[in-house]
Amino acid sequence: MSAVSEDSLVDSASIAMAAARPRNVWALLVRNTAVLIGGGILLIMLLIGLCAPLMGTIDPSRIDPASRNRKPGAEVSMRMDDGSRVARVAHFGTDSLGRDVYSRVLYGARISLIVGVAVAVISVAIGLVIGLISGYIRWLDGIIMRIMDGLMAIPGILLAIGLVSLYKAGLFTVIFAIVVPDVPRVVRLVRSVVLTVREEPYVESAISVGTPTFTLMFRHILPNCVAPLIVQGTFICAAAIIAEAILSFLGIGIPPEIPTWGNIMAEGRSLFRVFPHNIFWPGIFLAVTVLAVNMLGDGLRDTLDPKMSKRI
Amino acid sequence: MFAFVVRRILSIIPVLAVVAVCVFLMLRLTPGDPAAVIAGDNATTEQIADIRGKLGLNEPIYAQFVIWIGKVFQGDFGESFFFKKTVAELIAQRVEPTLSLALCTIVLAVLIAVPLGVYAAWRHGSLTDRIVMGFSVLGFSVPVFVIGYVLIYFFAITPWEIGVPFAFITELFGKQPWFTIDLGGKWFPVQGYTRIGVSFANWIYQLILPSITLAVIYIALISRITRASVLEVLNEDYIRTARAKGLSNRVVLMRHALRNAAVPILTIIGIGIALLIGGAVVTESVYGLPGLGRLTVEAVLSRDFPVIQTVILLFSVVYVLINLVIDISYTLFDPRIRY
Repeated sequence: MSAVSEDSLVDSASIAMAAARPRNVWALLVRNTAVLIGGGILLIMLLIGLCAPLMGTIDPSRIDPASRNRKPGAEVSMRMDDGSRVARVAHFGTDSLGRDVYSRVLYGARISLIVGVAVAVISVAIGLVIGLISGYIRWLDGIIMRIMDGLMAIPGILLAIGLVSLYKAGLFTVIFAIVVPDVPRVVRLVRSVVLTVREEPYVESAISVGTPTFTLMFRHILPNCVAPLIVQGTFICAAAIIAEAILSFLGIGIPPEIPTWGNIMAEGRSLFRVFPHNIFWPGIFLAVTVLAVNMLGDGLRDTLDPKMSKRI
Repeated sequence: MFAFVVRRILSIIPVLAVVAVCVFLMLRLTPGDPAAVIAGDNATTEQIADIRGKLGLNEPIYAQFVIWIGKVFQGDFGESFFFKKTVAELIAQRVEPTLSLALCTIVLAVLIAVPLGVYAAWRHGSLTDRIVMGFSVLGFSVPVFVIGYVLIYFFAITPWEIGVPFAFITELFGKQPWFTIDLGGKWFPVQGYTRIGVSFANWIYQLILPSITLAVIYIALISRITRASVLEVLNEDYIRTARAKGLSNRVVLMRHALRNAAVPILTIIGIGIALLIGGAVVTESVYGLPGLGRLTVEAVLSRDFPVIQTVILLFSVVYVLINLVIDISYTLFDPRIRY
């Protein structure tokens, strides 16, 4: 009798847990205003990037000397491919080559989001592997951590600037240059989680029944890293979007003909006194996007990883 | 205590060694011939061979490293390809604006951020607290150069004719204002730098906008940490005791709470130096300050690798040393820490 009731108890408890777990996390996330606002704005930016061709834009690289340097709201007649001229309103003005800033800013969302997400995913992936190895294989730990300490001693943007200067300018170079300074931070995070978890009884019992190291790492240790890594990844994404804009703004990032927010601003620098819209419009989009990612990160941290929110 | 200081100083040796190897390898690990990369696309074979000789690229890689690090210890950082001067000379010329900017920024940031953070912690959960925290998230999100240009726009190039709608709206949407009131404006210079030896007043006047620009992210960082660490301390028993003794709020906050919360605040000021260095590169470009940051960008644009290498090495060493000093200074702020 007692055995039966115990069994059913365990069963119902595990079923309840399995059912409640994912639903709870989503319910918690949806209840968090920071997640909602941040995620919402980010979704809008994503849609803007995806639907840029449908939003009344023209080719963002189209140069039209006849309509250079127009203030926002000016009527311009853009020359089309077949030579005909089409009158349209330049909502955000035009730059010193006569390119439509509205179109460039909308298309610019693509590069920023690609760089942000790519850097976050790649640096988390690399950092996760190195961190697991470092936390689990003791004799490698010292060597890996000394290298990571050294890398972290070089200010991130400077390291990125140095790396960019070595390779041909382009999207991949920029992503690579921003990933390198971010990896040590992920490694440290993963390693600290591994070091705490490996002392837990369930890990010790898994070792005692002869679980292979590989299975141990991925089945028992890795799941503990997921929540802090999602949070860390979000903050890396925000920092990467800014870093890309900084590199492009300084003229050493993505080639100037590609519309990115940093490039639009770099182009508008020389005529800022007269035509500040070239800097302000991409600046507003950039700030709003990064703010949204940061808010999302704050919200995720508060819900997924309450221990970490105490730390910072 | 003495043993701790020695141990802590020794601990930076491996870090600096890794930094040196990374900075050294950066150029050597480029795909292809580094000499050809430096020489550019239009270089002749002789020019490339010349650069190879100058950089000692014909030696094996470990020998190159030994030669390079030996020279670094003697203060010989090589010669700039572009400026035709030794790198040491070049850096000596450019260091003052960067140092001035960094110093003004740190002073400004600490003076604003620490009281802000303490106040937010004291009024935990209030509207002020939420505004401070909101500002902090915003400060992290707006890139340095956008802040710079917004400040230049409002305080250096716009005549303050307060109108409805605001001039800013006019700029963004092309709407003409209905009426305006003249308040002057254009209070600060857009760009430029005066050496401190030439005129102290001008030096500080021209550094005001750049320092505010660079301070924003730093203020966001420090005020957030100050708030968190004071908040934690405020729950301690000794704060209750101090209150129970009838001490005023000011004394409780400043002498009992802030002092005990000082270690995390100092730590973040040190770690934040990395942000400051990155921000200085951008700020100097925006405001045309002839400092090390501008030099870095100019060096990257002209592929002047000895300069890039040296600047990165220099900034990293400074960063590590500042954090070393801060670590050691903990004992001064918190006598409980005994090593």
